[in-house]
Amino acid sequence: MKLTPGTRLKSAACDTEVVVVRVPSEGAITCGGAPMVPFAEAKPAGVSLDSAASGGTLMGKRYHDEQTGLEMLCTKPGKGSLAIDGRPLQLREAKQLPSSD
Amino acid sequence: MHLPLILDMAADGLGDEIALGSGETAITYAGLRERARAGAAFLGGTPADNTAFLGGNAPAFPIGLFASAIAGRPFVPVNYRLPDADLRKILARTAPAVVIVDDEIVERAAGIEGVTVVPVSAFLAACEVPTPAPDEETINDIAILLFTSGTTGEPKAAVLRQSNLASYVISTVEFMGAAFDGQATLMSVPPYHIAGVSAVLTALYGGRRMVQLAQFTPESWVETARAEAVTHAMVVPTMLGRILAVIERDGVTLPALRHLSYGGGRMPASVIEKALELLPGVDFVNAYGLTETSSTIAVLTPDDHRVCRASEDPLIRRRLGSVGRPLPSLELQVMAGEGVPAPAGELGEIWVRGEQVSGEYIGKKAIRDDGWFPTNDHGWLDADGYLFVEGRLDDVIVRGGENISPGEIEDVLRLHPAVVDVAVFGLPDDEWGEKVAAAVVAAEAIEGRLLTQWVRERLRSTKAPEVVFFRVELPYNETGKLLRRALKAELSGS
Repeated sequence: MKLTPGTRLKSAACDTEVVVVRVPSEGAITCGGAPMVPFAEAKPAGVSLDSAASGGTLMGKRYHDEQTGLEMLCTKPGKGSLAIDGRPLQLREAKQLPSSD
Repeated sequence: MHLPLILDMAADGLGDEIALGSGETAITYAGLRERARAGAAFLGGTPADNTAFLGGNAPAFPIGLFASAIAGRPFVPVNYRLPDADLRKILARTAPAVVIVDDEIVERAAGIEGVTVVPVSAFLAACEVPTPAPDEETINDIAILLFTSGTTGEPKAAVLRQSNLASYVISTVEFMGAAFDGQATLMSVPPYHIAGVSAVLTALYGGRRMVQLAQFTPESWVETARAEAVTHAMVVPTMLGRILAVIERDGVTLPALRHLSYGGGRMPASVIEKALELLPGVDFVNAYGLTETSSTIAVLTPDDHRVCRASEDPLIRRRLGSVGRPLPSLELQVMAGEGVPAPAGELGEIWVRGEQVSGEYIGKKAIRDDGWFPTNDHGWLDADGYLFVEGRLDDVIVRGGENISPGEIEDVLRLHPAVVDVAVFGLPDDEWGEKVAAAVVAAEAIEGRLLTQWVRERLRSTKAPEVVFFRVELPYNETGKLLRRALKAELSGS
């Protein structure tokens, strides 16, 4: 699957949905321990949440991986946590900017 | 990333909280999505490529914006203040289109080939029809078209893509960061201005209730801010001056107001000083941006305001007149020439690069292949990266090979007690190519030569106006931009 900024993915193991903000150089993206699937496709049956990847995702938070440059925005929260090549993604703290609109 | 996704996130995250308005007519986040979906289904049943919008700040604006996005069509807010001939020319350029028009002015858009007129009342009625989520997304890459004011030639249609706007929103606003905190933002910048568009998107994503002011008057702004316990607002400089006059006159402040941002034109130092004095508990933000950059690209923060105002150091104090520092999510530089960045303190053209930057018009890309967008704004960075914007590059006066920025001269003239308002511009000159001219609104009778002398004593003599005209008022567009070129055109013959 080719990722571009804006590609939407969902977790096979929980309710998590994300949108890709920055594309990784390479790597397999997982949530709850299972490969994430394209938004429009049906989830594979019988995938269960890996307890080792069950930290959960938070709505509206951005997650990133320094090594590959991957950044994703969580558009729907779930029980699984995000990883690339088995490396957990880090929560990107929002830069504190004052409202200007 | 696209705009319907932002609406979905807000509706999923904040469902029954109030997104828009108050009291019986309030609309929740879920309600906004329901109406936008219904509006999209309605628009989908009409043969059109674009959705134009001709109206003030009212619920039909955000509903129409998202309905159009869900329907897969660019949304085109049009300036209802334009004279009929110009307005109709622009609407004709959106054809085939549906135009959603305020009921009172439907006839202004009637009878244009390929443009179907839908009164706001009919559109809102269609948005009340229960409609399921669309089966599949039909997102158009172009989210918004904004016709730029264009003081010369035909207005250009700036293209803002879904990715430009969405990137601006997610990189500058914390999702739901303003929710459950009683925050409300007062929207008084018109829908056809980029700040009117970005205000809807950032309020929605941040979870800040929107309060709309259909038409700005300083009295109605102050009244609404008080009645609706408004905590946040964005105004252009001319609005702020007039709002302060109302507050000063009735002696009552704005107790709920926490945060006021301003931008869209040069803010006279006297106005911001007065604002800081009259509204001591309020955080001020100066924002600089362009239509082509999806709104803000630099901000002078509330802390900057406090530090600059308290400082004895003139180098820090003058930053109150800057637009602050560039957003961390983009790159900004001042260019002295092709490929040559200007050193700190030196004037040049402001260039910007980042995902929120579109730099694109219908039929013309103004962005370079390397992603940099030359803004056509003239400015400079100080040693700590604070950006000072002098004005449009086209307004620079070239006198005997010397580039002179009108902004600096205007600032000096404004300090003169007899000067109420001033515009500096270039006029043709046989000897120097151009000469410096000033149009002044004076509080009392004063000789032009005294103002020339005032500038000569404070700046280089080449910057002192050689001719001074007196005017009752100066031409501004409705968002507070001084129209120097209008004066220049008018006075070039004299």
